Amino acid sequence: MSQQDSDSQAIADLRLGPDYFHILCWVAAAAAVATLGWIIFEILSGAWPAMHKFGFGFLTSSAWVPNRENFGVFPFIIGTIASSAIAILFAFPLGLAIAIFLSENFLPLPVREAVRFVVEMLAAIPSVVYGLWGIFVVIPLIKIFGTWAVATFHNTWTTVGPDGLETTHGIPVLETLFAPPAYGNSMLTASVVLALMILPTITAISRNSLTAVPKTLREGAYALGATRWEAILGVILPTAAPGVVAATILALGRAMGETMAVAMLIGNSSRLSWSLLSPGGTLAGLLANQFGEADGMQVHSLMFAALILVVITLFVNLIGEAVLRHTQNQTAGIR
Amino acid sequence: MTDDLNGPSPGRPDFLTVRDFDFFYGKKQALFDINMDIPEKQVTAFIGPSGCGKSTLLRNFNRMNELIDGINHTGDIRLLGQSIFDKSVEVIALRRRIGIVFQKSNPFPKSIYENIVYGLRISGENRKSVLDEAVERSLRGAALWDEAKDRLHESALGLSGGQMQRLCIARAIANQPKVLLMDEPCSALDPIATVKVEELIHELKQEFTIVIVTHNMQQATRCSDRTAFFYLGKLIEYAETQKIFSNPAQKQTEDYITGRFG
Amino acid sequence: MDPIASHAPDFFRDEKGESAKLMGRSLRNRALSTLCVALSLLTLIPLLSIIVLLLQKGLPLLSWRIFTELPPAAGMVGGGFGNAIRGTLVMVGLGLAMSAPIGMLSAIYIIEYGPVTRLAQSVRIVAKLLTGIPSIICGVFAFAIVVATTGGFSAWAGGVALAVLMLPTILLTSEQALLGVQTAYREASYGLGATKFQTIVRVVLPDALPAMMTGVMLAVARGAGETAPLLFTALFSQFWAKSLSEPTASLSVLIYNFSTYPYPHQTQMAWTASLVLVAFVTLANVTAQLVFSKRS
Repeated sequence: MSQQDSDSQAIADLRLGPDYFHILCWVAAAAAVATLGWIIFEILSGAWPAMHKFGFGFLTSSAWVPNRENFGVFPFIIGTIASSAIAILFAFPLGLAIAIFLSENFLPLPVREAVRFVVEMLAAIPSVVYGLWGIFVVIPLIKIFGTWAVATFHNTWTTVGPDGLETTHGIPVLETLFAPPAYGNSMLTASVVLALMILPTITAISRNSLTAVPKTLREGAYALGATRWEAILGVILPTAAPGVVAATILALGRAMGETMAVAMLIGNSSRLSWSLLSPGGTLAGLLANQFGEADGMQVHSLMFAALILVVITLFVNLIGEAVLRHTQNQTAGIR
Repeated sequence: MTDDLNGPSPGRPDFLTVRDFDFFYGKKQALFDINMDIPEKQVTAFIGPSGCGKSTLLRNFNRMNELIDGINHTGDIRLLGQSIFDKSVEVIALRRRIGIVFQKSNPFPKSIYENIVYGLRISGENRKSVLDEAVERSLRGAALWDEAKDRLHESALGLSGGQMQRLCIARAIANQPKVLLMDEPCSALDPIATVKVEELIHELKQEFTIVIVTHNMQQATRCSDRTAFFYLGKLIEYAETQKIFSNPAQKQTEDYITGRFG
Repeated sequence: MDPIASHAPDFFRDEKGESAKLMGRSLRNRALSTLCVALSLLTLIPLLSIIVLLLQKGLPLLSWRIFTELPPAAGMVGGGFGNAIRGTLVMVGLGLAMSAPIGMLSAIYIIEYGPVTRLAQSVRIVAKLLTGIPSIICGVFAFAIVVATTGGFSAWAGGVALAVLMLPTILLTSEQALLGVQTAYREASYGLGATKFQTIVRVVLPDALPAMMTGVMLAVARGAGETAPLLFTALFSQFWAKSLSEPTASLSVLIYNFSTYPYPHQTQMAWTASLVLVAFVTLANVTAQLVFSKRS
C-alpha cells in the first residue's frame, strides 16, 4: 500500500458502538424524575377516597374522630402555619443578627469561626434529639414562663362585682394568647425549639447574600462618612434583602415540614385553641402519630393530610427558590 | 513515520485543504467562503485581529467546534484528499491524527508520564515498553526530556508555565499526529519560554505539518513558512510569509501589518 | 469593635451641633454592634445546653453493652441497643445503595451528556423540589409502595424511605462536583481523541470523586439522623433483625420511643442513644468538610 492509501485509510477507521454508559445515565436521570412523579401519584391515589368523601370540607372541618370516620384537618393546618410563623418570628431576628455578625468583623476571626461552627452543629443535630432536649429543658422553662404569662396577661386584675363575686380581667389579645392552663407540651414550646432548628437555614443563606454584596457598594457608603451600622442598615442590608427574604421563606418551608421535635413537644391535640400555652397539632405531627396504626378511611384521610402538607411545603419552597434565583441575577451585574 | 526526508518543501502542497467553507454559530456566520491549501511539513500561520475567525477555522480542522451546540457549516475540509466530515470518519480517530495545543496549557491533574500516555491508553495501548518509549520520544521532541526525566511520576501541575505548555505539546505529539494545530500557544508564556517554544516549532516541522494561530506578527515572521491573513471571517490574503510581510497584495493586509488597526 | 468617635471640637466648628450629632451616631453604632454580638453569642447557649446534657445524661450508660445487647423491657434496667445501631447502619446502607447510583449517574447525565436537554432541566427542578419534601412524606411514600404491597413493616421499606430522602443531596452535590472539574481538562481529553465515555471515566470522575464522596457522607449523616421516614416503614423491634423483611429497630426511632416512656432508665438510654447518634452524625459531617476542603 502506498503511503497515501494507508494515510487515507487511517483516517476512516473504527466504527464505534453505541455508548452504553450514556444510556445508563439517561435511565438514571429518568428514574430521578420519575421518583417525584411516583410520590405524587401514590399520595394522590391514597388520598383519593378521602378527597371524594370529604371534598374541600376536609380543610375546614375541625372534627377528627376516627371511630366515626369523620375527619377534618383545619386545626392541624392552623397549627402548622402558626408554629412555623412563630418560629420564624423568633428565628428571623436572631438568624439575621448572626448572619450580620459573621459577615462583619466585630470580633476577631476565631470567635466568628466558633460561632459559625456552632451554627453548623445546630444544623446537624437530628430532630429527635432536639425533641428530647426540648422535653428536658424547654418544657420546664415554658411552664415557668407560662405561669408568669397567665398571671400577667390573663389574670391581670380582679374586680369585685355587686354580688361580691370576683372576676378577673386581662389585657385584650394577650389574654387569649396566654390563656390558662399553662401546659408544658404546647404550641409555644414547639415553636421555640422549631426556631432553633431553622436558625441555621436563615443564617446560612442570609450570610451568603450579605457577603455577595459587592465591595464597591460597601466602600461607597464608608467613603461618604457612614458609620458601620449606617452602612449595614442603609446600603448592605437593602441590597441583600431579597436573599434574606428568600432565606426566611425557605426556612418557613423547612419549619412546616418539620416532624419529630414538634410531635414530641406540641402535645398533639386535635382541638383548635388560640392560646400559645395550650397543646396544638401540625399536619406532620398528625401523620407521625397516627399513620402507624391507622386503617380504612383513616389511612386515606391521612394521605389527604399528607397531600395538603406536600402542596403547602412545595409551594413555599418554590417561592423561596424563585426569590433566591432572582437575587442572584440582581447582584450579578454590579462589580 | 514517513520515509521521505526531503528539503524545505518536502511534501504535498494540498495536505490539508479547505474548500468553499462557511461556518455558523447558530445564525451568526463566522467564516465566509474560505479556500486554502495547507502544505505538508511546513508551518502555516493564521494572523488577524481579534474575532476574525482564525481560531474558529483552526478548531474546525479537528472538529473541536462540534463540542459547542448549534454550530453549522457548508463546504468541506479535506485531509489527504478525504473529507474530515465524511460519515465514515470517526471523529475521535480524526483527533488522533490532527492534534491540538491550546492557548492556556491544560495538563491533566495526573503525573507527567500519565499525561503523555493518555492518548495511547485511550486507543488501547497499555504495554509498558511502548508507553515508556513514547514518553521519552515525545519529551525529547518537545525539548522537555532533560528537565522532566527525573520527575516523570510527579504531578504535572508542579511544572512552570512554559514547561506545562511544552508538556502539552509532548502530549499532543505522543499520538503521532499528521497535523499539529497550535492556538496562540505562546500568548500565556513569558518571553524566555516563548523563545523555547518557537525553537521547538522549527524542529517539529520536520516531522509534522503545523498550523499556528498567532496574535504576534513577529512570531509569524520568525516561525512560519506561509501566512494567512483573516479579517471579519474572510481570508484576505494567503501567501509565503516573506511576501505577506514585505509586499502584501491587499491593502487590508498592509494596514494590519503596519499596525493601522487590530 | 468600632471605637466611639473622639470629640474634637475644633474640627467641627463649621456646622452647628455637628459634633453632637456625630457622637450620637457613633453611640448608636456601638449599641447596635453590642446587640448584634450579644445575640450571636446567645446562640452558643442552647448548643452548649444540648452538648452538656448529652454528655451528662448520656455518658453514664455508655459502654460496650450498648452495641451488644438488646433493649430492656419497659421498667427493666440494663440492656443496650445494639439492634438499633445495626438497624440504622443497615437501612442507611440500603438507602445509599438505591440512591447513590441514581443520584451520581443522573448528575453525570445532566453535566456531561445532555446539559441542554429537557430531561436535564427536569432533573434539576425535580432535585430542588425533592429537597423541599418533608421527611415524613418519604415515609408515607415508602409505606404506600412497600408496606402496603408487602403487607408488613420491613427494613426494605425503611431503606426506600431513606433513599428518597438522600437522593436529592447526592444528586445536587454530585452535580456541583462535576461542575467543579475544569473545562480545560475535558477539552484536552477530547483534543487527544478520547470518546465521551473515556473522558468521563479517565479525567472527569477522578477529579470530581472527593467532592462526590462529600455529598455521600452528608447524605449518610442526614439519613442516619432521620426518624419520621422510619416510623411507619421499619417501625421498631426489641430484637435483633433476622431478615430485611421484618420490623427493624433504628437509633432515631429508639430515641423517640424511649423519650416518652415514664421510666428513668429508658429515658437515660434515650440520652445515650442520642449521644451515639450525634457523635456519628458529627463525625460524618466533619469528615465530609475535611475531604472537601482538602480538594480545593
